[in-house]
Order: sequence, then C-alpha cells, then structure tokens
Amino acid sequence: MNLLLTIIALITLASAVAAICLRNLVHCVLCLTLSFAGIALTYLELSAEFVGFAQVMVYIGAVTILVLFALLMTRGGKELHLRSWNPGHWLTGLGAGLGTLGVLLVGIFHSKLREVTPLDTKDESVHALGNSLLDTYVLPMEALAVLLTVALIGAALLAMPERSRPGQTFRKVSSTKEGPVKD
Amino acid sequence: MWFEELLISIKASMVLLAPEMVRPLVSALLSSMPILMSFGGLFAMVTLLERKMLGRIQNRLGPNRVGPFGLFQPVADGIKMLTKEDIVPHSADHLIHFLAPLILLVSAMLGLSVIPFGQKLVAVELEAGILFFFAVGGAAELAVFMAGWSSRNKYALLGALRAIAQMISYEIPLILSSIGVLMAAGSLSLVEVVQAQAGGMHAWYIWTPWGFLGCILFLIATLAEVNRSPFDIPEAESELIAGHMTEYSGFKYAVFFLAEFVAMFAMCALTATLFLGGYHAPLPILSFIPGPFWLFLKLILLVLLFIWIRGTMPRLRADQLMEFAWKFMLPMSMANLVATGLWIALDGGVLGWILSAILNGAAYFGWSHLLSRASGVKPRVYQYADDPQTHA
Repeated sequence: MNLLLTIIALITLASAVAAICLRNLVHCVLCLTLSFAGIALTYLELSAEFVGFAQVMVYIGAVTILVLFALLMTRGGKELHLRSWNPGHWLTGLGAGLGTLGVLLVGIFHSKLREVTPLDTKDESVHALGNSLLDTYVLPMEALAVLLTVALIGAALLAMPERSRPGQTFRKVSSTKEGPVKD
Repeated sequence: MWFEELLISIKASMVLLAPEMVRPLVSALLSSMPILMSFGGLFAMVTLLERKMLGRIQNRLGPNRVGPFGLFQPVADGIKMLTKEDIVPHSADHLIHFLAPLILLVSAMLGLSVIPFGQKLVAVELEAGILFFFAVGGAAELAVFMAGWSSRNKYALLGALRAIAQMISYEIPLILSSIGVLMAAGSLSLVEVVQAQAGGMHAWYIWTPWGFLGCILFLIATLAEVNRSPFDIPEAESELIAGHMTEYSGFKYAVFFLAEFVAMFAMCALTATLFLGGYHAPLPILSFIPGPFWLFLKLILLVLLFIWIRGTMPRLRADQLMEFAWKFMLPMSMANLVATGLWIALDGGVLGWILSAILNGAAYFGWSHLLSRASGVKPRVYQYADDPQTHA
C-alpha cells in the first residue's frame, strides 16, 4: 500500500466523519471541504491531473460556497442541539449506509475496470481527454451543456422579481399584503 | 539562456550536497525559495510604490521620512505590524479565525508555482497548469468566507459575502477570456502557451483582435478577483470598515495584505504569460537579457497600471458591479471566443484578423448600445453645478 495514499485516505475519512459528527454546521461544511480536497489529492496521486483540478474547482470552489450560502440564508450558522437519541433515525441511517455500501461494492467488484491495466503514459492525459471530449463524446458533452444552461436559466428565472401590473412596483404589492399596523 | 543555465547548475550542485534521502525535498525547497523570497520582497517595495504613486496622483509627497526617499518605510511598517497586539474577538471561532489568512496566503502563493519565469525556470511543470492556477484561486473564496464568518461581526460577514459573490461572478469572464489563448496555443500548459508566443513582440497574443479584447476583459476581471479598486467593494471603508478583515489586527492583518498583493502579482504574471509573451523579450535582439527580467518588467508595468486605476477611478456600487459582470463581461467574452474560433479556422491570416476584429468590434459597440438603451440611462443633466458658459 502506498504510504501517501494511505495518509490521504485517512485525512479524507477523518474529515468526512467529522463533517457528520460536529455540532456547528459551518464546521461540518469546512470539514466536508477538507474531505473534498482529500479526494482531489487522491486523483492527483493517481496522476489524473484534469480530474483532480476539476474536483478542486467544482467542489471546493463552487459546491462548498453554494452550501455555505444556503446555510447562512436558512439557519445562520447556529449550533444544533440534537441531544435526544432516536433509535429510529440511527437504524434508518445505518440501513441507508449499508445499502449504499452494498450497491457500491457490487458495482466495484463487477466492474470491468478492475481488469484494465493502468496506462504508463501520463503526460498526454489532458490532451487525450480533450480530444475525446470533442470527438467521440461530443454529443453527451453537448447534452450536459444544454442541461446546465437550462438549470442556469431556471435559477435566473426563480431569482427574477415578479412582474407586477403597470404603475405598481413589486415592493408596493408586498407591503399592501401585510396590511397597515393596527393599534 | 546563460542565466538560466547558471541558476539550474547552482541548484543541481546544492541538491547534490544533501544526503540521498532528502534530495527531492531539498529540490522542491530550492525551487520554491526564490518565488517566496522575491515576491515577499516585491510586496514590500510595491506597498511603498503604491503609496508614493497615490500620493503623487493626489498632489502630495507620500511617505518620505524613513530612510532616503522613504525607502525604508516597508521595514518600519513591518516592525509596526509585528509588534502590534494580536486581538481575537471573544466570541470568534478561534481556529478558523487563525486559519483564514494562512489559507488565503497559501492559495495565492501556489498560483505562482506554475508560472514559467524562464525557458526552464518553472517550479512545477504541469500539463494543466492554468487549470491548477484557477483551482487554487478558488480556495481564496473559502478563506475569505472563513475570515468573515469566524469573526462574529456583521461588517465582516457582509464584506465576506460581497467578496464571494464578486469573486464568483468575475471568475467566469476571467476563465472565459483566457480560453481564447488556450485555443490558439492548443494547450493547457503555461509553458507551451509562452513558447507559442516566441520570436518577438509581433507574436504576442495581445496584437490579435481577440487577444486585445481578451486581455482587457482579463485585466478587468483580475481587478475584481483580487478586490482592487474600483472593485474594492468588499472592504469599502465608508460602509463596511474593512470587510472580512475588520476583526483582524497586527500580523494577521499584514498577512491578509500580503496575500492580496501576492494574488495580484500572480494574476499579473498570468496576464503577462497569456497575452504579453511571458518571459520573451519584445525584440529578438534583446533576448540576451534573461527571461525572468522581462517577466518581472511586464508584471511591474501591469501593477503600475493597477495603481494608476486605483488613483483615478471611483468605487462601483454593488449592483453595478454585478450587472457589469453578468450583462457586459460575460457576453463580451463569449463573443471573443467566437472571434478566436474564426481566427483559428482561417489559420491566423490577414482575413481571419480582419474578420475577428469586425466581429469583436460589432459585438462591443452593438451590445453596449443595446445595454445603454435598455437601461434607460440618459446623459446626466446638472441642475446647479453646470458650467454657465454652455448655457449662455
């Protein structure tokens, strides 16, 4: 076993466990980020440069920030006090976890990738990836791009202020709905 | 070339002095040392330069008390920062409060490691160098959030949220405007990007229509990305005290400034690498002067441009900033990509040059005309402050 990979795996696992166990939600997200970084390091150690950097850009640069914004807008980063021990929750969680593990294990052991010998040329990986993305797999990539664009437009639509009738701004509508304060 | 050979042979002989076990470590250390030291020193000198230049722009002298021409001012500043009391708010999250400036500095420094300073002078030669640069830059957003949130201060949190929104918005035009260069060079590796611009000034990408527009877009996005004026909304003194740095004092505050300046240097070095020929001399005759000299010259000229902009431009409003990023910079960089594609499809000939220039010009003038019509903003009419001569 590679020593470096072992250390990275330990850090990833420890921060993942911490992300579940910590009380403060912002701490949880930061630990989750560390775990993302560990996964990125694993990719880099396996000389998958592009995937590793994409992991850093997408997960640390975007997903974490998204989670943090969502957290601050809903809970404000307060500490959770879930002290009561609920066996139902534990059993459900355990079942879901074991189920996921089972599915993953079956997938891994039946995968044909286990028989593929690793390539020893690593310097051309990004070039080869780019060429195959724009050559063989151009249709799936375009489909993904369209999907992401649709998601972006949908988000913009959701965030847009509702159009009100002429002569009436959005603010006025919301203030009349609440009504004047009665004594 | 002789300069690089000299540096490389010095490094090789020093590595050989170390015992066999630690040689990779020593080699990595020797590669990173010059970057850390030269950019630390550059930071000190540029703070002085900035204060001096801003002083001249505002018709005053700037610091001139410590040493000849105020040259030792950075030393005095450093001693002041180091001896100041380090105050951490009582309710702050101590660990995160401590980690935030460090992560910011590390992410800024890491970006410098993929910049080629000479033909063989690159600390880490990566196949996807520019991707690495932008990926580690993404960690800066997280560090800013950590600083703002852990301070338990409303100004700090507001500043951090503004900073993150701004950095995320401007990252898109930043990356999109650099893609044109990668398309033309046909590689994600910064070393190959520079090599594609060899042979003198005419080969630099800034002289192509798409490179020109891309460079301007890139510089604007850079200003926003490193929170420099006129995009210094996250730390707008008049409304947010100092943004995410409000609750920091002493050396941690200095580390924030160091990180900000190093990020600016890294972005300027990347601009020089992508559009201004990197370490190449402007004329082939001048190529006996070593490459690092040229890169640093271009870097410092860009930094001077930034200081000039800071001295002359007023700060934008937060909504103007966002609108500018999404409504103007993003469509412009998209149009620029199409122009680049056109230029590459026509093999970079005269026809390709003219067509992409027309496309970019049409996109710029057409889109700005449409935007200004849609916004309904008319030329400002002053009621009282107008020049009486014009009405007479």
